[in-house]
Amino acid sequence: MQSIGEAFHLALSLVLSGEADLYEIVGLSLRVSLSATVLACAIGLPIGALIAVSRFRGRGLVLIVMNALMGLPPVVVGLLVYLHLSRSGPLGFLGLLYTPGAMVFAQTILIVPIVAALSRQVLEDLHAEYAEQFRSLCLSRWQSITTLLWDGRYALLTVGLAGFGRAVAEVGAVIIVGGNIDHLTRVMTTAIALETSKGDLPLALALGIILLVLALGVNAGVQALRMTAARQAHV
Amino acid sequence: MSDLPITAVPPVARPRDEAAMSRPLLPLRVSGLRLAADGAALLDGVELSLAPGGCTVIMGPNGAGKSLLLKMLHGLLVPSGGEVSWNGTSAAQATARQALVFQKPVLLRRSVAANLDFVLKARGRDRSRRDALLREVGLLHKARQPARLLSGGEAQRLALARALATDPEVLFLDEPTASLDPASVLVIERIVGAARDRGTRIIFVTHDVGQARRMADEVVFLHRGRVAEHSHADVFFPEPRSQPARDYLAGRIVL
Amino acid sequence: MTIARLIASTALTLGLAGGALAQEQSIIVQSTTSTANSGLYDYLLPIYTGESGITVNVVAVGTGQAIKNAENCDGDLLLVHAKPSEEKFVAAGFGTERTDLMYNDFVIVGPESDPAGVKGMDDVEAALTKISEAGALFASRGDDSGTHKKEVALWKAAGIDPTAASGEWYRETGSGMGATLNAGIGMGAYVMTDRATWISFQNKQDYAIEVEGDETLFNQYGVIPVNPEKCPSVKIDAAQDFADWLLSDEGQKVIADYKVDGQQLFFPNAPKN
Repeated sequence: MQSIGEAFHLALSLVLSGEADLYEIVGLSLRVSLSATVLACAIGLPIGALIAVSRFRGRGLVLIVMNALMGLPPVVVGLLVYLHLSRSGPLGFLGLLYTPGAMVFAQTILIVPIVAALSRQVLEDLHAEYAEQFRSLCLSRWQSITTLLWDGRYALLTVGLAGFGRAVAEVGAVIIVGGNIDHLTRVMTTAIALETSKGDLPLALALGIILLVLALGVNAGVQALRMTAARQAHV
Repeated sequence: MSDLPITAVPPVARPRDEAAMSRPLLPLRVSGLRLAADGAALLDGVELSLAPGGCTVIMGPNGAGKSLLLKMLHGLLVPSGGEVSWNGTSAAQATARQALVFQKPVLLRRSVAANLDFVLKARGRDRSRRDALLREVGLLHKARQPARLLSGGEAQRLALARALATDPEVLFLDEPTASLDPASVLVIERIVGAARDRGTRIIFVTHDVGQARRMADEVVFLHRGRVAEHSHADVFFPEPRSQPARDYLAGRIVL
Repeated sequence: MTIARLIASTALTLGLAGGALAQEQSIIVQSTTSTANSGLYDYLLPIYTGESGITVNVVAVGTGQAIKNAENCDGDLLLVHAKPSEEKFVAAGFGTERTDLMYNDFVIVGPESDPAGVKGMDDVEAALTKISEAGALFASRGDDSGTHKKEVALWKAAGIDPTAASGEWYRETGSGMGATLNAGIGMGAYVMTDRATWISFQNKQDYAIEVEGDETLFNQYGVIPVNPEKCPSVKIDAAQDFADWLLSDEGQKVIADYKVDGQQLFFPNAPKN
């Protein structure tokens, strides 16, 4: 228990000391996970919207698979991405392995199902409200989808947040495809894993506290945005 | 300055066959129209003919099937049996040339102006008409406000402006003024009346006998899923021919 | 508009990440965790990079995985400690040449209570026999790493098959050295570790070295450049340059100079030219 107090103290002094290494790791964590979130939204939101407005045979099965994929184990994703990005793998020519790009790649795959499945739910609820009006206006499916995505934008922020939270917190995928290389692919979670394996538990915990505060900050920012939107009745 | 994601989208191919466009939508012929849900017939054997021009008010007690009939005429509901024929026009065509104002307006989560921009853009209409439409419904001064913060009456006026933005040949209204303040009711009735005077065919569902008297050129009275009476307004109000309509107008409970 | 801009900036991020790597000379070393966790690279690499301009990126995994990764051409240089596996790697054509680099030794650490009574022993086979007879907890890496391979060989030499008691007193963590130490210390088990990791390990609690000094506990590290004939993408020139530097008098001196708490962690023993 004493190490928790020690960790808080250490976390504070780490942040205040302005140590470049720490900021580098924090920066990379944010850059990688935010990039993955943006990419996952670019892929997952249209999928979620398309399924939300479509009725087809086997839709129930698709939903089950999508929901199941939300629980993809990061380490499995990491392994699959490693096998593809490895020099001897089909995408080896890209030279992405052990770069931040590979980490973005893996995290994107990890959270696309989350974004698709959660946005499907959000947009289906919104569509229930809009559907008759859309049909009266003779909107095409594409127009319906883009309208739902735009009008659901603030609700979808929460979906993006869920994806970001999962990405920034996972270690299994990035440690395999990134390699936890100092000054290149070391992020918060892999640094925490490393310090734990060195037995430096207070430092590991201090990094964990900083990660938590970061996540809180991102969440607070999004929440503030949503509240502004709510005041305009856009939510 | 576009906050519409739709701007990048090419216009959708819509049935725009010139020959079909030039053919008027009316007269409307409805024969043997039936709508059943869970085995119960909600509408059964509706026969109706509507001529071009004017305002038809559909009346009837709760559960008579007024809204359902409106939605089937507009093509939002598929009949279980029978036929709706808009002068031989295809169903998709007919829907595209009509507009419906719902009892509860469904407004997009955007500004008042953006709600109109959206429809004008989606339906390939001249976007410079927006301010004129807003002025007509008295909302120009609220153009920048979020649409979903409008009062009930304002929201319904915006919904009406949106319907008019598509230049409908037929305008359906489903109890548009239920639970609105009298000032908004008057504005909406005035705008609908003006549209009728410009040649838009109006089909108006209402519960309100006073409103029906003010608006109707003719009345279709629905009772238990059928047309109980279809009369000219001059006949219907002073001397309804059917018993349910007589009871209804006399203020008696009609089941 | 917002979405398009976000995607564009993301693409930029990815592009930058890839570009930065391509511009400067850099190599990837597939390394065992013990050298990385001990802090040796943090001390050694800035010196080398300062002289050569070559950035060395270290991927620290178990020896088994490091060799696998290198066989997939995902590294330019291999630095591990499991001589038989390393020789197999070279014989299969994946590496150009294996050279002894440095050594340290393995030790067995245990709790102060010393339930098997092995404290002070220098005969590792006898110590392992006592542990198994006492049924005292023993935490094994169980991950096919160099340390694990060494441990398995020691049990075999002692004529004991600990895996028969797997899950009972023999606990295979399937994790790295540090994680196994954390787990072993948590459950009060004996753990075999390399001395370098132990010295720099910071969660020792009441643990201390109980068995050391047996010459069979010798831990030899080797260095192997990945063969460009098997892996055309390998940066053989830079990898060879780093290997040569490590094996040079200067590199060997840097290795010998690295100390934690005044203790030397690795002992250079590259063959003299």
